[in-house]
Amino acid sequence: MAYAEQADTEALHEPKSFLTKYVWSQDHKVIAIQYSLTALFVGLIAVVLSGLMRMQIGFPGSLAFMDASTYYQAMTMHGMIMVIYLLTALFLGGFGNYLIPLMVGARDMVFPYVNMLSYWFYLVAVVVLLSSFFVPGGPTGSGWTLYPPQSIARGTPGVEWGIVLMLVSLAIFIVAATMGGLNYVTTVLQARTHGMTLFRMPLSVWGIFMASIMALLAFPALFVSAVMMLFDKLLGTSFFMPAMISLGQQLDHQGGSPILFQHLFWFFGHPEVYIVALPAFGLVSDLISTHARKNIFGYRMMVWAIIAIGVLSFVVWAHHMYVSGMNPYFGFFFAVTTLIIAVPTALKVYNWVLTLWRGDIHLTVPMLFALAFIVTFLVGGLTGLFLGNVIVDIPLSDTYFVVAHFHMVMGVAPVLVVFGGIYHWFPKITGRMTNDILGKLHFWITFLGTYAIFFPMHYLGFQGMPRRYYAYENYAFIPQSAQELNAFITVVALTVGVSQLLFVFNLAWSVFKGRPAGSNPWGAASLEWQTPDTPPVHGNWGAKLPVVHRWAYDYSVPGIEQDFVPQTVSAEELEQMRQLSAGTKIADVKT
Amino acid sequence: MNRLLLRNADGADPGGSWNRDPEGIQAGEGGDRSQIARFGLRLFLVVVSSLFFLFLLAFIARSQMVDWLPLTEPMAPLANPWQLWVNSAFLVLSCIALQWSRMAARKARMDATVIGFVLGGGFTIAFLAGQLWVWQQFVAWGYFVASNPANSFFYLLTGVHGFHLLGGLIAWARTVAKFLRHVPLPQLSASIELCAIYWHYLLGLWFVLFALLTSTPQTYEAIARFCGLR
Repeated sequence: MAYAEQADTEALHEPKSFLTKYVWSQDHKVIAIQYSLTALFVGLIAVVLSGLMRMQIGFPGSLAFMDASTYYQAMTMHGMIMVIYLLTALFLGGFGNYLIPLMVGARDMVFPYVNMLSYWFYLVAVVVLLSSFFVPGGPTGSGWTLYPPQSIARGTPGVEWGIVLMLVSLAIFIVAATMGGLNYVTTVLQARTHGMTLFRMPLSVWGIFMASIMALLAFPALFVSAVMMLFDKLLGTSFFMPAMISLGQQLDHQGGSPILFQHLFWFFGHPEVYIVALPAFGLVSDLISTHARKNIFGYRMMVWAIIAIGVLSFVVWAHHMYVSGMNPYFGFFFAVTTLIIAVPTALKVYNWVLTLWRGDIHLTVPMLFALAFIVTFLVGGLTGLFLGNVIVDIPLSDTYFVVAHFHMVMGVAPVLVVFGGIYHWFPKITGRMTNDILGKLHFWITFLGTYAIFFPMHYLGFQGMPRRYYAYENYAFIPQSAQELNAFITVVALTVGVSQLLFVFNLAWSVFKGRPAGSNPWGAASLEWQTPDTPPVHGNWGAKLPVVHRWAYDYSVPGIEQDFVPQTVSAEELEQMRQLSAGTKIADVKT
Repeated sequence: MNRLLLRNADGADPGGSWNRDPEGIQAGEGGDRSQIARFGLRLFLVVVSSLFFLFLLAFIARSQMVDWLPLTEPMAPLANPWQLWVNSAFLVLSCIALQWSRMAARKARMDATVIGFVLGGGFTIAFLAGQLWVWQQFVAWGYFVASNPANSFFYLLTGVHGFHLLGGLIAWARTVAKFLRHVPLPQLSASIELCAIYWHYLLGLWFVLFALLTSTPQTYEAIARFCGLR
């Protein structure tokens, strides 16, 4: 374990001009905001794409331009953007960048230049991805899993340019994520301030730290599959492409293994679920503890659960491939590991609920989102138990039940944490509060709306409605009632989609007109709220680095009037606070 | 169970062994920038290991398909891989030179540091040129990238390894530029150290790749069986 003795007065890479301060900045806070704004921007594009898809499903034929190809392109881009370019980038590049140095008491990331490069590579990846909308044939429509052979076989939309740009963009993104991940992990291990032991770090840092390690180990699998598929597409190799006849012509490929791609993809793909989920777990733990004014229940257990989930997530990948065909013993193995992962996950849910139990719950906007996360994640997690079992998964596979499951568990649940996190840390980032009424309106529409969208999909799935169909009319096995439900879902989805403008407007308005927040509006104990300036200035901590004396969850400490004790308060100072509180009580009794 | 009990059951500071006065703590090694950089590099090497491990797993899995034509057959280009041995010698020499430079830097011997460092880069360029020469031989013999998966993997793996060395050469060139600007040796030694670690790693990786690429199908089959891929 190492503690950084970054020279207390040393100002690292001091920005000298507008460009180096706001554009080519090496300050982790600016980079975090750059990452977040870019991710939210592409996220909004993905929301629009989902709206277009829902229009086609709910009201078939209502959009003149929506043919099967366009539908599949929208579906692919929606999935890829949401999983990689929004959630991964926002949690690691956005929250990770902003919070890690502030929460561990560092002046910045340990490699600020690499950190800056990380953002610019990410931006290039986004530009390359979005450019595929404007190339001949448009973006790829092969589904976000990009399964060969169809992803590079003729007949799939975007097979000329779209798939190439997608793979190149992913490769660039992985370079960016690696540069970021190296920074996050090294900063946590090497640049913590005095007193900040690993077991005093807030769970947000633990979640992001573990997710970064997983990203460093799992993204190479996507890189390997992307590079090999690029070879297959551009150079005519047969890594993944089997011998096949396409549109009446024998292709040059032979002997390649599409299943090999699936293994590589899901060796990345399943840890990716937790690369998104673990930061969400961490952030929501801090939100719940702070707004329930109670220490997190089972801190050590929570840390070990994060580690266990991270490790286990590398041995469950083939549960995404039950219908691809595999040795039945493999199916048994992967079903068992999948169900085992439910144990540490359930443990976390219990601990959140026990943290709330008899807490002094403040129903602030961040807390509402945190509570909504717990119930949404619970529903999504429970349906995961269904799909983790081979015999239950096989009939449910490729139905709307799966769509409902993964949207609940890794779509809506983490996005609720994103919103909660932004509302929670916005006062630190800008020095101003967001508008409470707009925030609550945004919350209720989003929370109830997403339930109205995704909960009925479970029933559609049970009824046998397949996923990935462009049009659902004229199938004898899909009743009219399903069509009516689809129309309902579409109306709600469009409402929820449009309501996100409330969030955008709230942020934009509050940056300039929001009520001044002060340095610690929520009365939080963790280190990022103890900075001498709000928003924190370059170098974060003024002349001297903070010294940490306790964990980040000292809320409602018995005998102390103030209901939180910051991490920077020493034992002597705590004793003084205790005496002061006792004195106040005696004075109260006398009066 | 009341609220206080819930707190006390679990609410203690989990900081563990941290019970000393923070003011009395000596500055950790973490303050040393070069130590942080070494840690970062080693972490990066873990990522590179993950990348190549997955490439090699894909290689073994794909080698079990029936269309695989081994490159080590009597008339195939790797039946007698003497060119790869020559290239390996260049890479070994580059590592020796960089190690020499690293040790000279520790002893503050400027001339030896510069000579070793420049030689290290020179031998690396020779290695890369040699690899391109092998590629050219493959093409001349009609072993194109798409004609067989064994060829495809040969180009792919040597190419990705070469790219990592090229990335190293960028760092090397930046350090050479610092030499030319007469930056003092103590400030350069960290860069030399990092280059040496990176080169040693890539040498080890090259020998793994070399061994695998020139192995027989029986070896691949044995590995595949061991990994449960067959």
